[in-house]
Amino acid sequence: MKAMGATQDEYYRGMRMVPYDLVKELVLAVAGVGILAVVVAAILSSPDVRPVTIAAWAQNDPVDFVTTASGELAGTTISAGYGNPYNTNGPGQAWGPVAPQKWFGTRIPIDSANAFVIQPLAIAAQENSQLSSGLDVWQKASSDQQGKWLDSYTKALADAKVTNGAVVVADGDYGPLTEMMSSLLVIAQSGGLDGLLQISGRFYQTDYTPALLFMGDGGYLSGQAQSWNLLGNQWGMMNETGRYPGQTWLWLYTMWYQVWPFTSDTGFLGLNASNADLGIIILMTVLTAALAAVPLIPILRDVPRWVPIHRLIWREYYEPKRKAA
Amino acid sequence: MDTASPSIVQPADEGAGWTQRVRQVIDKQLPMDHLLPTRQPYYVGSWVYVFGVVTIAALVWVVVSGVVLAFMGPQWWHDSAVGRFFNSLHFWSVQLFFIFMVLHLWGQYFMAGWRHGRAATWAIGVVIFGISILTAFTGYLSQQNFDSQFIAVNAKDAMNAAGIGAFFNVLNFGQMYGLHIMLLPIGVTILVVLHIVMVRARGVVKPIDPEGGARP
Repeated sequence: MKAMGATQDEYYRGMRMVPYDLVKELVLAVAGVGILAVVVAAILSSPDVRPVTIAAWAQNDPVDFVTTASGELAGTTISAGYGNPYNTNGPGQAWGPVAPQKWFGTRIPIDSANAFVIQPLAIAAQENSQLSSGLDVWQKASSDQQGKWLDSYTKALADAKVTNGAVVVADGDYGPLTEMMSSLLVIAQSGGLDGLLQISGRFYQTDYTPALLFMGDGGYLSGQAQSWNLLGNQWGMMNETGRYPGQTWLWLYTMWYQVWPFTSDTGFLGLNASNADLGIIILMTVLTAALAAVPLIPILRDVPRWVPIHRLIWREYYEPKRKAA
Repeated sequence: MDTASPSIVQPADEGAGWTQRVRQVIDKQLPMDHLLPTRQPYYVGSWVYVFGVVTIAALVWVVVSGVVLAFMGPQWWHDSAVGRFFNSLHFWSVQLFFIFMVLHLWGQYFMAGWRHGRAATWAIGVVIFGISILTAFTGYLSQQNFDSQFIAVNAKDAMNAAGIGAFFNVLNFGQMYGLHIMLLPIGVTILVVLHIVMVRARGVVKPIDPEGGARP
């Protein structure tokens, strides 16, 4: 049938027509849905759990904070070894020759050690001669020496104790690391690091990439998320804080993260847990395209004819035909 | 002096010109009788047809509450009781919008609503569903609370793995907020209008003929 003005009459020829008020239906629907939304909003409100700050992280879990900061210097954190679009330190995800993470390069450059630790300390060192000299020693040391200090310090952090908010480790040869990490912790606990990580050379700032990457490297943010069932292996993307529905429409996308082959180390056809993000995005793209193309796909387009739900929907239409038969 | 008004002199040929041609196309494809019909086939009385109109109604409330939130600014919905209420209204309007849209989608699937030349209407509906998901996703990222914080950290890996993250940075509030309140809602609205126009131009599809298929 063509979308011609006259052809609707042809299309409906022989069909009984009844009076219909489209505008009235729309107005009543807007009013009804509006009343429902207002009532539900007034009774149930909406989730608004305060965001985590770096200050809260440093105050509540100083050992995790210092361990993460040390990891940034050692290049062992998630962001430090991420790969594109932040740096070239990791291969990124790929499925055979399909490697879009690599294709578009380092478009949001982040040097984790410098951005999260050295630069904030360099600013603080302007008013702190002890920190300034410690930072100078660190930067002039060979990478081999830095590695030894970091290795010793990281091992010591496993048995660290917290005294009056400060992280105390056993005596050892950590070079200037103790001074650097203590200073960074104090800056963070005071709230200074929240601001320092947002400095971009401009007054206004709306990009939280550095602060969120740094927090994502630690265990505190994900620990909070776990308590709200927000982690990826908890169907996190469709969940929300509190007893609210969240993005339930992402159930299919989220489901793939819970099932084989995307939970498996070996996987299937090269798709496994290590490239699950890429595999699931490809899969969902294919499924979405298939949904749009349902009218053209045999079996999928025939299911509505086989499943008699349409007989319930158009009961009034089929009933006389059934009785006549 | 002759005070009588001279009559309007009509051009000899009204059929020429782009404007006239556009009018002719609209008159032919979408006459007012189709755009705002006062009669419909009797089977349109089924309750399933309600899902389409309540989806549009929910979208109206999503847009209205969203405009109020955008006008008052991000701090308002955290710090003021009225702002919190409008944030809740926006939140629940979105939830209702998706519930109704999914019911509409399933209803149209089991009615094989793409038949008799309506495949493009179905496909645009699926595109609306996809863009709505993206719009809601940027909304969740723009909330400025713990949910948006962790969803951003969690979602960046999928975006980056697909190469999308190089251009669509979920950790960048400014970018997500701009997309959420401007480009994506405009996209959804334009496509919804197109979807409705296509439905009205062709009319609602007939019930499935027991002898026929569900082909387009």
